[in-house]
Amino acid sequence: MTALSETISDTALGANREADDHAPARLVPASLSELERPRFLGTRPRRRSISIGLRASVPVVLLLAWWYGCTSGRIGPTILASPGDVLRALIELAQSGQLVEFLLASLGRAGTGVGIGVTVGLLLGISSGLTALGEEVVDPTMQALRAVPFLALVPLLISWFGIDEMFKIVLIACSSTFPMYAYSYLGVRNVDRKMVESARGFGLHGWRLLFQVILPSTLPSLLMALRICLAISVVGLIAAEQVGTTKGIGYLVLLAKQYFRQDYMVLCILLYATLGLIFDGFIRLLERVVMPWRRHSAVR
Amino acid sequence: MSETTGHKGRNGHDPITRAAPPAVFLRRLRKSFGNKLVLDDIDLEVDRGQFVALLGASGTGKTTLLRILAGLELPDHNDGVLLVPKVRTTVYQEPRLVPSMRVAANVTIGQPATRETRADAERALAEVKLASHARAWPATLSGGEAQRVALARALVREPELLLLDEPFGALDALTRLQMQALVADLCAVHRPAVLLVTHDVDEAIALADQVLILRGGRFAVNVRLDLPAPRDRNDARFIEYRRYLLAEMGVESSTGRAGGAILAVS
Repeated sequence: MTALSETISDTALGANREADDHAPARLVPASLSELERPRFLGTRPRRRSISIGLRASVPVVLLLAWWYGCTSGRIGPTILASPGDVLRALIELAQSGQLVEFLLASLGRAGTGVGIGVTVGLLLGISSGLTALGEEVVDPTMQALRAVPFLALVPLLISWFGIDEMFKIVLIACSSTFPMYAYSYLGVRNVDRKMVESARGFGLHGWRLLFQVILPSTLPSLLMALRICLAISVVGLIAAEQVGTTKGIGYLVLLAKQYFRQDYMVLCILLYATLGLIFDGFIRLLERVVMPWRRHSAVR
Repeated sequence: MSETTGHKGRNGHDPITRAAPPAVFLRRLRKSFGNKLVLDDIDLEVDRGQFVALLGASGTGKTTLLRILAGLELPDHNDGVLLVPKVRTTVYQEPRLVPSMRVAANVTIGQPATRETRADAERALAEVKLASHARAWPATLSGGEAQRVALARALVREPELLLLDEPFGALDALTRLQMQALVADLCAVHRPAVLLVTHDVDEAIALADQVLILRGGRFAVNVRLDLPAPRDRNDARFIEYRRYLLAEMGVESSTGRAGGAILAVS
């Protein structure tokens, strides 16, 4: 919409308007009528308030459509609970104290599992990306295991660890090891060889080379991997929280299914979306904190 | 160098018997990639304080020679000799700064973080006229500024051998002239042995005491420049050297004169 209005204003009005604003028409000789003001091909910075409004517009439209569909009777209560019902379910859950309890339980499991999985994936990825030996020993196995859907591990993990916390955390750890491995391996591989060569020439070796030069350069890849790991961990949460617990959003999904509560089913979806927002905000904060040198050079 | 066997050093003594040993000592240095012999039994000596420019078309092995001196390439196994000083630093065509380190940390990269190191970084940055950028991130620097940081990083260690691998190649013409003047000044102060790899004939004549042209794996040309400093690019002998070296590099002398005319304007 903005692009269209820009086109109209630039071609039809722009030249005249600019002439009025900056250079009175009498300053421009008639012989220059063949010339034109160049059409601006860059992007104009948008005001922050408009940007936020645009970002919120799609969710708001969806919400309104949902609300209208339910109140007008076009969407029956067996298809989708109404926003009001879901809100009541949310309040009910919040008043019983279970909302915070469930969110914290799920966040804790996701955080611990991802933390362990990411550490393992990172160590393997770095050793594989850094050394020929690591690549030869680690990479073929990791590439083969990466193709295994981690949900296929559920029966095996239950038989090893039972159905308690251990199983849940190990499952989520397994789900996030492989994305982190792949991205950290690639990240280390893609570090500017010339920069590393020069750093070594100036006497930087071993751990100091790794921590001062190589790892900072891989941070964009690592943060991307962390994003993916957190997203996948939610899938793991659903599977893990189906058994052996009375807390967590996955457990809430199970309850909603058992009692056929439409309002809780929708509430669970919204809670997962909230987890997604929390994870995204966490990564954005992390990007600003751990990569201060990119704040000044980022295009957007 | 094979063509200059028996060549006298700058102080007139024979290289073997003179008192101060050279900073670089090469005998029968050979390097081949596959079947291609890039460096064919090269001999070279560079004294401390001497500025040697190494010219040659692309692919003649100038950068390979520099990388061997920097320890970044291995020469072929033969009975050759390769001796360089312990403290040697390199400035590359790209600044090769670490983007996650501030400018001052880049200058003293690989050195212990002591108060003396910090003072060294400040002094080195002042020398390249970037004292106010010590806490800047490399991504905020212009190409010329980043290259000056790379120069400060190379000089802060007081190298006995400074290797310059087309350090001005990526700079604009004006910045290149300023950088050349800066390098000439700083080398006159610090007096390392310098090996400059370039394909810019004017740059070689403006900076070097000795110019070598690498062709067919050997030094086809070896001239000691007898020009006073600072060097005037419009000086008759400067133009004469330019015409000679361009001809040796396979460029017609008329082109050399045209280049001179353009430079006279700038």
